[in-house]
Amino acid sequence: MGTSTEQGSLRLMIVDDSNIIRRRIERSQQIDRLEVVGSAGNGRDAVDLFRRTRPDVVTMDLTMPLMDGIECVEQLVAINPKVLILVVSALADKATAVEAIEKGANGFLCKPFTDRQLNEALEELLREA
Amino acid sequence: MLKEAEIRTFVEGTTHYFETSGQQAATVGSPYLVTDGRPGTYEYTGVIGISGARKGIVYFTAPRGMLTVLLMRMQETDCSEETILDLVGEVANTISGNARRDFGKSFVISVPIVIARDPDKVAAPHSRSYVIPINWRAHSAKLVVCLE
Repeated sequence: MGTSTEQGSLRLMIVDDSNIIRRRIERSQQIDRLEVVGSAGNGRDAVDLFRRTRPDVVTMDLTMPLMDGIECVEQLVAINPKVLILVVSALADKATAVEAIEKGANGFLCKPFTDRQLNEALEELLREA
Repeated sequence: MLKEAEIRTFVEGTTHYFETSGQQAATVGSPYLVTDGRPGTYEYTGVIGISGARKGIVYFTAPRGMLTVLLMRMQETDCSEETILDLVGEVANTISGNARRDFGKSFVISVPIVIARDPDKVAAPHSRSYVIPINWRAHSAKLVVCLE
């Protein structure tokens, strides 16, 4: 699957079961290269949306109905191993962060977060792009 | 039964939430034990089921006024009933999830169940609950921890 990296801009998908958090991430992210292409409220919808919109970057909640974030990360990486995934979760234990990284996530931001923390985490993630 | 250090985990999680998301520190009162199975609620409640090594519930309950101001502090312009319920669930989820820093991965949290204006639907599974009073700006709320 191709990415839009070569053109400079990157496509962002936001996954969280909270509307407030989805809108907050969309509103607060200040990275010029990122263009939001869609958002999903659970892992199952996220996989469908991922296939349709082919994002380069994903922010991923973990505790969600229907399909949790860890399983979703695994499925997204299976579809496109080059996708960059920032887990944004309240689950603050190290074991969960390690598990997410092992499944293919590239970064972890703990909720609650400030706008500055979100943008720093995204910038760090994009250094890998 | 909760140990003092475990209660402190929830107190710290609560203060951290308001400081970060509400951009203003909350004052947390002395936690107290309720033994009649009725720790009480405000208008809106977000309940997290706890399973794994510990069993029970954690809930955050607050009046609409506090939740509306919190939304505004988060630059959220939609203060509809749906968004208020979303927020009360997200607060409960965040504080409970953060507790895994100390409780570990075996402290398994559910997705939030949100309840408006129906205190009878918020059922503590055990008679003993710890109540953490929260004061933020001019508003009062509470975090209730009811674990085996």
